[in-house]
Amino acid sequence: MSGAKEKRTAQAAEAGHWGKDVRSDLHVSLEPSDSGGLEITLESRVSAYYGTSILAQTRQVLETLGVKHARVAIHDEGALPFVISSRIETAVKRAGLGSGKKAMPEKVALPASSARDRLRRSRLYLPGSEPKYFINASLHQPDAIILDLEDSVHHAEKDAARILVRNALRAVDFGDCERMLRINQLPLGLEDLVELIPEQPDLVLVPKVEHPGQIAEVDRMIGELKARQDINRAIWLMPIIESALGIENAFAIVAASPNVVALTIGLEDYTADLGVARTVDGRESLYARSRIVNASRAAGVQAIDSVFSDVADTEALRQWGENSRALGFEGMGCIHPSQIPVVYAAFSPSPAEVEKAEKIVAAFEEAQQRGLGVVSLGSKMIDPPVVQRAQKLVTRAKATKQ
Amino acid sequence: MSERVELAHNAAGRKVPSVVNGRPQIPYLGVGKYQVRGRKAAPPLRSNKDYPDNGNKRLPDLTTALKKGGLRDGMVISNHHHLRDGDRVALMALEAAAKLGIRDLTWFPSASFPSQKSAIDLMQSGVIHHIEGSMNGPLGDYCSQGKMRGTGVLRSHGGRWQAIQDGEVHIDIAIIAAPTADAFGNADGSHGKSACGSLGFALADSMYADTVIVVTDNLVPFPCIPWQIQGNNVDYVVEVDSIGDPAKIVSGTTQITRSPNRLRIAELVARFMREAGIMRNGFSFQAGAGGIALAFVDYLRRMMKEDGVKARFVRGGSTRYLVEMLHEGLTDYILDGQTFDLDAVKSIASDPRHVPTSPFTSYNYHGKGNFASMVDAVVLGATEVDVNFNGNVVTHSDGRLLHGIGGWQNCLFAKCTILAVPSFRDRIPVIVDEVTTLTGPGELIDVVVTERGIAINPQRQDLLDAVKGSNLPVRSIQEIKAEVEQICGGRPAKPKLGDRPVAVVKWVDGRVLDTVWQVG
Repeated sequence: MSGAKEKRTAQAAEAGHWGKDVRSDLHVSLEPSDSGGLEITLESRVSAYYGTSILAQTRQVLETLGVKHARVAIHDEGALPFVISSRIETAVKRAGLGSGKKAMPEKVALPASSARDRLRRSRLYLPGSEPKYFINASLHQPDAIILDLEDSVHHAEKDAARILVRNALRAVDFGDCERMLRINQLPLGLEDLVELIPEQPDLVLVPKVEHPGQIAEVDRMIGELKARQDINRAIWLMPIIESALGIENAFAIVAASPNVVALTIGLEDYTADLGVARTVDGRESLYARSRIVNASRAAGVQAIDSVFSDVADTEALRQWGENSRALGFEGMGCIHPSQIPVVYAAFSPSPAEVEKAEKIVAAFEEAQQRGLGVVSLGSKMIDPPVVQRAQKLVTRAKATKQ
Repeated sequence: MSERVELAHNAAGRKVPSVVNGRPQIPYLGVGKYQVRGRKAAPPLRSNKDYPDNGNKRLPDLTTALKKGGLRDGMVISNHHHLRDGDRVALMALEAAAKLGIRDLTWFPSASFPSQKSAIDLMQSGVIHHIEGSMNGPLGDYCSQGKMRGTGVLRSHGGRWQAIQDGEVHIDIAIIAAPTADAFGNADGSHGKSACGSLGFALADSMYADTVIVVTDNLVPFPCIPWQIQGNNVDYVVEVDSIGDPAKIVSGTTQITRSPNRLRIAELVARFMREAGIMRNGFSFQAGAGGIALAFVDYLRRMMKEDGVKARFVRGGSTRYLVEMLHEGLTDYILDGQTFDLDAVKSIASDPRHVPTSPFTSYNYHGKGNFASMVDAVVLGATEVDVNFNGNVVTHSDGRLLHGIGGWQNCLFAKCTILAVPSFRDRIPVIVDEVTTLTGPGELIDVVVTERGIAINPQRQDLLDAVKGSNLPVRSIQEIKAEVEQICGGRPAKPKLGDRPVAVVKWVDGRVLDTVWQVG
């Protein structure tokens, strides 16, 4: 797999993947030529149904990109149209061909913009170079999906993932999920923003943040790109702290921009930075996680926990999640859809909690109606902060009942 | 090459040949529309005086047994497929026939497997004329490409029993691989180094064939206990070193899928059964050993525990998961048609509540009822389902042979038939306007569960009512189809099929439901 991106002169290049175990992807190899037009060969496991359509799309994409002469060989493993365009565009770019134009797939309707304080209990990671996971991600009903350009994408594939994720943001219906994007560590992450902000993700996760300046830089860049594209909707930020230094600067980082709506922690990197092993009960990161919660609360944003990496152990995940909620977190990352219901259960208030809160809210409303200043339930007087917490819990319980 | 024949439209509107391998055919008339009459076929009368009084029917080898059985050109030779891809006996028999210079056999296995691909050489050399039985992999391609001399005939497990019993197929010599047998011919599948569980698929062969040969690699002194095949039907017993590769006969452990989409489909199926009230005390269900089916069983089992519900019986395709349910008291019995993994084989060998069945008890349509229609819900797969709920399991969407019918058609008679399928595979829509090859009529298919929603057959208003108000994603099948076509970038092109029949699909009553056409 060639990851070369030299732009000097046109050269043969390839992009994408094929083979027995590859699904919903394709491989494009491209050889520039000086004349003879476009010579396209296609091998596809779906050629009986979509062969003609793939050939027509290939021709159209190459024309849009400004490629007039080339030999193109396509091995298709049932890729969807937005993937086909992505791989061709990547190969063309890698070959140093084309007029610099992009081949944008048609847009699905943009969902309503996401609210600052919407539920963010679960976010499902989708590796930015694995198109097969995109299309059905929202069916598993996470609160958010994250299109990841960072750790799950190999260095040689960064250029390809950027184009693929851009096309996914345009062409894939992610349903009610908040569409999050994890960019690369700065400065590479800034290039990601240039390509992807025009597609209006709802939230950008910024990895390995150590200083407030990094958030300010991302925020400024997004602001400029939004202005240039005339984008009015919110694009929120969620910094990921992954080092001891980051933890020390946590509050300043959250406070660095009004667009920060949540703060999270990456425990694999954080524990590596401390030089300790990550354990199932997480006692080595208790301090850091509590700092995250405290800094988030102080700045009025949501505290979100890391991911739990043992997909097979749902019982340990449940315990982790319940503990995490008790610490003050409002959600965590998921690396497999099977984790989503477990995380929901862990971050949802128990029926007993909800019942109690509903009683408090009812007592409060009754007191309001009767013009009473003091709220009481049975023989107990209820303080205003208790009422507030109960109201929050009831709202949340309603929101989580899907 | 196959005969030039007239084509007629059957009651499902499908073009079917009126003659197949020289036998006149009646086109499919509709569900329950064909009235069978007459008497069952029967094997020739025999006398004890021609068999050894000491019960020892052993012969030194299979060739001798075939010769004594009167093997001739053009005969029908049968095998069962309980040893699955590990079977060695079928090829052993066919190759022995080849060495004897025999030609033009009809091979009539209950199913063929990829490891039997050298049957292609035997077809090319003329030993086998054609195969009547499921064909997939290389054999499926060979037939699909029109290279077989005769026409393939695809039958369900119940349909195979029906065809034998009704005399539509006459087996000259049945060769029955047996993991355990005695010299009298009593045989069983649950013990021995090549144990495979039930031997039900071989039962009809043992009862109706002119000559029955039992081949075993675990010969025990009389009596072989238990016996599923009765020695009284058996002519000869042959001992060999190995009847099959144990590693391919049963899987060590059956693993539940990790695919998020398949898990979602499985969970939706289980939730549907709970919400629709099918999952209740004393109920019954059947699920196979495919990825979605296994996961479904696991979800259902959890829900049964949560709700304190117990089944009276479950039908398999038995695996570890059904065995665990039996041990947990979640079902009183397993009625077992095929035994898929080591735990299930151990269970059927030792637990009287785990009972081997046969296509006669479970599936045969020309009988006085069968178990399949008594099951409350069955969960099946399909390669395609159309907007009228018709299903295809035998061919790819491009018309190439893919699977046998198995018990699929027979199971459609359950009280609630659920197809659990992804809405598209790779880029190929599974929900289509019209199935490529009709294998099951839509009037018998009640629910289609996909990752994008649950479609209930409008004819089942009772089911629609039962899940009203639940939070299940119930949608119309047209709506799901439209969404899938949008994702896949438009409707797929219709594959070009040839105009020569290479196989026919029989309905459970032996009438011709559809034709498989030659592909390019």
